[in-house]
Amino acid sequence: MPRLSIEEVEHVAWLARLRLSEAEKQRLTGDLNTILAHFERLQQLDTTGVEGTSHAVPMSNRYRDDEPRPSLPREEFLREAPDARDAFFVVPRIVET
Amino acid sequence: MATLFAKVETVLGMEVHAELLTQSKMFCGCSTQFGAPPNSQCCPVCLGLPGSLPVPNRAAVEHVLRTALALNCRINWRSIFHRKNYFYPDLPKAYQISQYDVPIGVDGYLDVRLDGEVKRIRIRRVHLEEDTGKLFHIEAATSFVDYNRSGVPLMEVVSEPDIYSAEEARAYLRALRLVLVWIGASDGKMEQGSLRCEPNISIRPAGTTELGTKVELKNLNSFQSVYQGVAYEVERQTQALARGEELVQETRRWDEERLITAPMRTKEYAHDYRYFPEPDLVPLEFDAPWIERLRAGLPELPEARYARYVRDYGLSEYEASLLIERDQPQVSDFFDAALRAYGGDPKRVSNWMQSDFLRLFNAAGEDWPAVKVRPEHLAAMLKLQDKGQISGKIAKEVFEVMWTTGKPPEQIVQERGLQVIGTEEDLAPIIDQVLAQHPAVVESIRKGEEGKFNFLVGQVMRATRGKADPGLVNRMLRERIAG
Amino acid sequence: MSQLYELSARELRERIDRGEVSCQEVAEAHLRRCEAVDPHVCAFVTLTPEVALAQARRWDEARARGEPMPPLAGIPVALKDNFCTRGIRTTCSSKILGDWRPPYDATATELIHAAGGVLVGKTNLDEFAMGSSTENSGLFITHNPWNLDRVPGGSSGGSAAAVAARMVPLATGSDTGGSIRQPAALCGVVGLKPTYGRVSRYGLVAFASSLDQIGPFARDVADTALLLNTLARHDPRDNTSVPVETPDYLAALTGDIRGLRIGAPREYFAQGVDETVKAAVYAALDVFRDLGAKYEEISTPYAEYALPCYYIIAPAEASSNLARYDGVRYGLRSRHEADVISMFEWTRDEGFGREVKQRIMLGTYALSAGYYEAWYGKALQVRTLVKREMEQALEKYDVLVTPTGPSVAFPIGEKTDDPMAMKLQDVCTIPVSMAGTCAISVPCGFQDGLPIGLQIIGRPFEEATLLRVAHAYEQATEWHKRGPAI
Repeated sequence: MPRLSIEEVEHVAWLARLRLSEAEKQRLTGDLNTILAHFERLQQLDTTGVEGTSHAVPMSNRYRDDEPRPSLPREEFLREAPDARDAFFVVPRIVET
Repeated sequence: MATLFAKVETVLGMEVHAELLTQSKMFCGCSTQFGAPPNSQCCPVCLGLPGSLPVPNRAAVEHVLRTALALNCRINWRSIFHRKNYFYPDLPKAYQISQYDVPIGVDGYLDVRLDGEVKRIRIRRVHLEEDTGKLFHIEAATSFVDYNRSGVPLMEVVSEPDIYSAEEARAYLRALRLVLVWIGASDGKMEQGSLRCEPNISIRPAGTTELGTKVELKNLNSFQSVYQGVAYEVERQTQALARGEELVQETRRWDEERLITAPMRTKEYAHDYRYFPEPDLVPLEFDAPWIERLRAGLPELPEARYARYVRDYGLSEYEASLLIERDQPQVSDFFDAALRAYGGDPKRVSNWMQSDFLRLFNAAGEDWPAVKVRPEHLAAMLKLQDKGQISGKIAKEVFEVMWTTGKPPEQIVQERGLQVIGTEEDLAPIIDQVLAQHPAVVESIRKGEEGKFNFLVGQVMRATRGKADPGLVNRMLRERIAG
Repeated sequence: MSQLYELSARELRERIDRGEVSCQEVAEAHLRRCEAVDPHVCAFVTLTPEVALAQARRWDEARARGEPMPPLAGIPVALKDNFCTRGIRTTCSSKILGDWRPPYDATATELIHAAGGVLVGKTNLDEFAMGSSTENSGLFITHNPWNLDRVPGGSSGGSAAAVAARMVPLATGSDTGGSIRQPAALCGVVGLKPTYGRVSRYGLVAFASSLDQIGPFARDVADTALLLNTLARHDPRDNTSVPVETPDYLAALTGDIRGLRIGAPREYFAQGVDETVKAAVYAALDVFRDLGAKYEEISTPYAEYALPCYYIIAPAEASSNLARYDGVRYGLRSRHEADVISMFEWTRDEGFGREVKQRIMLGTYALSAGYYEAWYGKALQVRTLVKREMEQALEKYDVLVTPTGPSVAFPIGEKTDDPMAMKLQDVCTIPVSMAGTCAISVPCGFQDGLPIGLQIIGRPFEEATLLRVAHAYEQATEWHKRGPAI
């Protein structure tokens, strides 16, 4: 596996919406490379034809019936919002991504 | 360059999102009712509060299964949800629960009728996901967020690039919408955003098979904007190519007011959704009994019905479309039931449907639940007419009363004394009186002014308030005038 | 007579039932103990004396009216601060949640309230349960009651320390890769990670959804069983909650383990595990043999791949689970809010600590285009191999016995610089998490006055067997009777 470059770290930070200082970028690049180097041996295992496990317990088809239930009173969650007005959550200007 | 691209063809694929007709949201019990006060239909789950967990709505899953069946898809017996990760203030978990490589339905098709031809458009996939909240850009510096729509079940239907013009795009959307409305999966209300369409458009030199640069179009809120937007985009791309410009893969927004498309600002590497299997939801597994039960519950679909009306009943395509192409399959159900009960000429039933039924139905705002008249009653009325017990004119009156009261025609005829005056004995005095009142007319008919005969028929009908058997009236008048 | 706070939950209940002590007195005794001890241990993020006293009085009144008393009525309980508590601050020990007061209770919180548990407070953890020492708390460090210069383990360090320091007889934790078992071992208490799907995760703030599981802490096995009786319940609000019958775990404690087949996988005793720890576990195996069980050394070669596998899967899920902390709906919002994207970025920068950022980065990378197959996809496949191997071992043996962790509690600050050092703490607990099955940690010895933990691994949904085996061991030993001098 090639080592992660600082540009890749910046890209990953953008995907994760983490603003990182220069120092953090440097340190994380080092940390991530150390960790991934330790995990390199995963790549050596032959997993041809092995199905991945994304769920711990084999279970399927669990649904709820289509029955409406009471919602939360608005003030119980809106009071926790950093900014709210007139029954809405309020966010700063949106620039398209 | 211009000559090289003198002939181009358009290739479109369509992504259609439909909010599913359920009482409660996709993963929680909040109501899906449209138009509620902001943030009044929210709970920990659809607000994405820490610790909350989703539980799928069975009805939503079944809507997608039914749609997949109606679109002739293959059902994946085992399907899973994935998380689609991206940040946006209307997406409270910062991921949308969606489907990725194993959607519920794949590889189907929809037959679309356009200018008398049937065109088969392949369906790539039908999948289930959740809707986002809604943003309101009320002030320049801030946006307001309402999460009522967050978590409403949403279905995505993706077509193959089998669509070649703006007309076809619109026809495809119409046909798909009709199927969804008929099977009860969607209310199809584009103006409320419950049906949304995103075509991707590319053009290529005619006769080539490679797809050109794809442009995705957003913000198409009506059939008209789909048509206009696609047409605009085709023209724009054609001209750009003719000028030798390179097209870029991008998302463009249809501007309803200026009637143009404009690029949406995008960051070049912004879209890496990092899909991965949703660990909070167990897989969906379908088996034959479940699927067959749903299949058995599907209504006859518009295209099949269309074919039947034209082929079996000899209706014109136009007549068939008037009955079928409406949000209420009940209208053509009514036609079918009336025809079954009547057993006579389908055209005759169809004519009544086209003229009287649809006139009254449209005037009443296409409100199906308010329709009182029963198909058996229409059939019975036609039979009364066939037997000569009521006249055509009376039939119209009877139908209007059936429409408003829901009473059977026999009762209406009885109550209102609308039976045909069918015996010579009953008619003789009336006819004699009419002849006596108009000696001059009788004289001119005798002299060969045949045109005035109908005047006398009309006078008799008027005197009997339309109840006289027109055939009998004719014969008796002739006998007496010849007399 | 010993102090009330020294007593087990069962002993407290007996005294309450006999009318020797009121629920209020029990609550007051524990609150006083918290006041005296917690300034040194720092186990609690939030103490809730008003809630505790109100609940205690309610049970006293219920008892006075002759109403039935549910199993935990009047028993002080602490909840890890990643359990949602309606109207009570829930921080996950992260700055990003600020003073968030959830508008709802976790299912586990509800069950404990319904069973009569008296909420004393919310305990410290590694931020969002990411860590093995509670040093990653975004709020403050918790100290090991056996030696205040040492870590209590983590991530449920606050709960383990609170139980060890006799501030509460019962506490809850959550275990993703060892976060109940490892702090239980380091604090010398009992901690059980149930089978994935046994206890509802609804209202547990997610770290890694396919691994997180709630479980109990107590000072002995019977109290652990008592709390598990309350927690283990199918919950339709958690799609991964498994609808299986819950046995009476207290009734499982028969003391009889004759004929039990124990496997001791040698990979868990390999390099990196302290000699003293190994010796204590081998001694425990001899105790089992004396009690009529048979043990064999076995080999589970895939186990060593569990750790890298875990540190791909858990951060990947975490990167998604923690994306919702964006400053819009609750918790922290940065003052830098020129536009919504910079608000997201600054909020997350200011709100998350170093370890959390590192794991979000690691997980985002493992899921990103071009790397998914090599890292995340590969890890899912390896998880299958680890799981399969564990299941095969458990077909042949009733339980597996291993050390809970490689060492006793280490000094605060010792493992915070090397990004791998702390992660290696979880080497013995992670394979169980990857397999999704259950395990318990019980005290099995001491090194320099610091407790050593024994991990017993059971078949899926056979927590009753774990408790029976652990209980039999406890009856035959004295380790659980020791307490820290604090």
